[in-house]
Amino acid sequence: MEDVKPQLLKVTIDGIEVEVEPGTTILQAARKIGPEVAPPAMCYYQPLKGSGGKCRACLVRVAAGSAKDPRPMPKLVASCLTAVQDGMIVENTTNPQVVDARNGIVEFLLLNHPLDCPVCDQAGECDLQNFAFDHGKVTTRYEEDRRTFEKHDLGPYIQLHMTRCILCYRCVFTADQITNKRVHGVLGRGDAAEIGTYIEKAIDNDFSGNVIDVCPVGALTDKTYRFKSRVWFSKPVDAHRDCPTCSGNVTLWYRGEEVIRVTARKNEWNEVTEFICNTCRFETKKTSDWTIEGPTKISRSSVISANKYRADTIKPSFGQRLAAAEYKQIHDERDTSQLQIEQLAPERFAKVLPSALEPEP
Amino acid sequence: MATKILTEHINVPGIETFDVYRKHGGYTAVEKALKTMTPDAIVEEVKKAGVRGRGGAGFPMGMKWSFLAKPEGVPRYLVCNADESEPGTFKDHYLMKMIPHLLIEGMIVSSYALGANKSFIYVRGELMYVIHILEKAIAEAKAKGFLGKNILGSGYDLELVVQPGGGAYICGEETALLESLEGKRGNPRNKPPFPAVKGLYQSPTVVNNVESIATTSWIVNNGGDAYAAIGIGRSTGTKLISASGHIRKPGVYEIELGVPVEDFIFADEWCGGIRPGHKFKALVAGGSSVPILPSNLALTLANGEKRLMSYESLSDGGFATGTMLGSGGFIVFDETACIVRNTWNFSRFYHHESCGQCSPCREGTGWMEKVLHRIEYGHGHQQDIDLLVDVAKKIEGNTICPLGDAAAWPVASAIRHFRDEFQWHIDHPAEATQPGAVYRGEMALV
Repeated sequence: MEDVKPQLLKVTIDGIEVEVEPGTTILQAARKIGPEVAPPAMCYYQPLKGSGGKCRACLVRVAAGSAKDPRPMPKLVASCLTAVQDGMIVENTTNPQVVDARNGIVEFLLLNHPLDCPVCDQAGECDLQNFAFDHGKVTTRYEEDRRTFEKHDLGPYIQLHMTRCILCYRCVFTADQITNKRVHGVLGRGDAAEIGTYIEKAIDNDFSGNVIDVCPVGALTDKTYRFKSRVWFSKPVDAHRDCPTCSGNVTLWYRGEEVIRVTARKNEWNEVTEFICNTCRFETKKTSDWTIEGPTKISRSSVISANKYRADTIKPSFGQRLAAAEYKQIHDERDTSQLQIEQLAPERFAKVLPSALEPEP
Repeated sequence: MATKILTEHINVPGIETFDVYRKHGGYTAVEKALKTMTPDAIVEEVKKAGVRGRGGAGFPMGMKWSFLAKPEGVPRYLVCNADESEPGTFKDHYLMKMIPHLLIEGMIVSSYALGANKSFIYVRGELMYVIHILEKAIAEAKAKGFLGKNILGSGYDLELVVQPGGGAYICGEETALLESLEGKRGNPRNKPPFPAVKGLYQSPTVVNNVESIATTSWIVNNGGDAYAAIGIGRSTGTKLISASGHIRKPGVYEIELGVPVEDFIFADEWCGGIRPGHKFKALVAGGSSVPILPSNLALTLANGEKRLMSYESLSDGGFATGTMLGSGGFIVFDETACIVRNTWNFSRFYHHESCGQCSPCREGTGWMEKVLHRIEYGHGHQQDIDLLVDVAKKIEGNTICPLGDAAAWPVASAIRHFRDEFQWHIDHPAEATQPGAVYRGEMALV
C-alpha cells in the first residue's frame, strides 16, 4: 500500500501564500512563513498538548474562511487553536483591528505585572518583554495598586514570583504531561487566581525543573541561578552528556569559566522540545561533566546574542532607529554661554550612531 | 387571559408532589412521547415550535438539538443548566422550587428525543434547598416508574442526576459547566469543538436552560405548531420574566412574547407601574449583562414604534439604541437610581466572577471596576470616561467565553446613554459623593 499524501491546503497570511497539511493551525502556518508574520504566543506551547487560547495575544482576523465559504469570521480568532482551511485568508499585522487588540492585550498583561525587569532573572529572555517591546506603550493608564500575593516556597530548585505570572497554564500542562505527578495548579478565580500547591509543599519530581523553561515570564525561575547574572552577560553553549533519565541535550550558560546555569535547548520559537531532568539542570554544573558541542545558535533577535558572536542575527537595532526617528535636541532656555559647552548637534549625534540616520532596510 | 405554558398550575397547593402534578395533566407528555413518538419526531416538533434558548443567547433549541453528533457506540448526554446566577434573573429558581416535576418531565422527554440515558441537572450550589426539592421529586418519579430502567415498558432507560455547583457565575457558561460537572476547575473551553460534538466526557452533549427544557413537555402534548402560534415573529411561545427594581409588583411573570414593554411595566396584570411618586428612568431588560437603556429608548424603537418584549424588538437598532432579551432579568430603575453606582455594582460582580483564564477578562474586569469605583467615590479624572469605553472595547469579542462581553456591555451602554451622569460625577465630586446624591440633570423620564 502506498501512503496517500494528504492534500495540501493553501493559506494566505498577510498576503504571503503558504501550503500546509490539513489540521495545521494558523499560528503554525504563519511560523512556517517566518518570524515576521508569526503572531506572538504567550500561552501556546507547541510541545504541550492542550495549551493555548488563554492569553489572546495571537488573535488574528480571518478575512475569508475558506475557498468554499469565503465569508469572514465575525470575531478575531485565536490563531493558535484555529485550524486552517483551504483558501483561508488571514490578516495578522496588516489589520489595524488586530494590532489594536494586541496592543490591548499587552496593556492588560502589564496591568498587574510588577515591571521589575531590572531585578528579574528572566529579563532578556522573557516572552512578555519581547511582546511588550513590539506592541506596548511606554506609559500606563493604570493607577491603582498592583495585586500582590502571599509568598509560597516551592522547594530548593524553583522560585515562584506570583506577581509576575500571566496565568498561561504552561507549567500546569508541563507537570501533567512531563512529570508523573502534578502537585501544583491554579487556585482561586479571576485576578486572584494564582499558581500554588494549596498546602505548601515542594515540587519534588525528576522533571519538575522544566516548568522554569516553559514559563514565558519570570514567575518560575531557577533558584540555583537566582541573582547570579544577567542573561546577556552569560554565554550559551550547547552540550550533552550521557544521562540515564533524559536525553542529556542541554544548553550551558557560561559566565567566564563557570557554568552558572543549565537549561533545556530552545528552538527559534523559544520552545523546548527535549525536556531535561533535574539532575542535569541543577546538579551537573561542571564543564568536565559535559561534552561541549559549540556555541548555541540564537536565531531570533535577542539581547542574548548582542555584542557577542552571531551579531549578524540581530535585527537593525530598534533602539537606534527609535533614537534617530525621535531625536529632539534638548530645549534649554538657560544661558549656557558662560559654561562654554558646545551644544550637541544632530550631525554630531549621527556620528556617534552612524546607522541612526540611515534609511531602514 | 394570556396563555400560560409553564406557570398554569404553579399556584396549585401541593403541585410539588407527584400526585397533584399528575392530576393536573402531568407526565402525559412522557406517556405520549415514549408510547407514540419517535425521538426524531420530537426533535421535529421542537424545531417547528421555534423555541429559542431561554438561558440568554436565544439560540433556536431545535437547531441545537439537530446539531448533536450521533456516532455509534458513544453515549450522548443532556445537561440542564440550572446554574442561574445572572443578577436580576430568578425565574429558574422559582420554577424549580414551585413545580419541580415540570422540569423532570421535560428532562425525560428531551433525553428521550436526544437518545441520552443519563442526564444531569446542574444547579447552582447556593440553592441547596431546591436541590433537595428536585431530588425528592426525582425519587417520586422513579417510584412511579417514570425514571429508571424500562420507563413505562418502552424499553427506554434514563437516570437523572442532580449536581450542585460550587457557586460560580462562570459555571453557567455551557463549557465551563461541563468542566465543572466533570469535576474540574470551571474554566470555559475553547470552541470549536462545540459541546454538540465533544461535550461532557468528550461525548456529544446538549446543554439547555431549565425554562427551555420545561417547555418541551407542552410542545409534545400540543404540537410544535401550536407553540409557534403563540408569540410574535421568530420569538415564539412564552417567556418567564423576572421583574425587579423600582416597580410596584416585582416577581416572575410568564408573558407571551410580543407584549409591549410599556404594557409590561405599567399594566396591572404585570409590574403595575413604577413605585408611587416616581418616574421611570432606565431599564435593564435581560439580566445585568445586557446593555442598559434609558426610558425613552426602552419604550419605543428609534423609528417611533412601540418596543415589544421579543428577541427581535428588544435588539432592534443594535447596541446603539437597542438591547437584548437575554435571560429575562427585567430590572427597572426610577430617577432615584444612580447609574454610575449601578454600573460599578455590575462591574464589581463581573470582576469577582471572571474565571481568570484569558487575559482581557481577567485584567480588564478588575480595571473597569476600579475606574468606576473612583468615579463613584469622587476621584474620577476627565479622561476616565474615554478610558472605560476603550477598555470595554478591548475586552469585547476578544475573550474565550461571553463573560468578557457581558462585563463590557453594561459599562459601554451606560456611558453611551448616560454619559452626562458620569461627567457630573467627575465634575462635581463633592456633590456626587453626598449620601443618596443622584444626578438630577436633563434626562428622559416617563
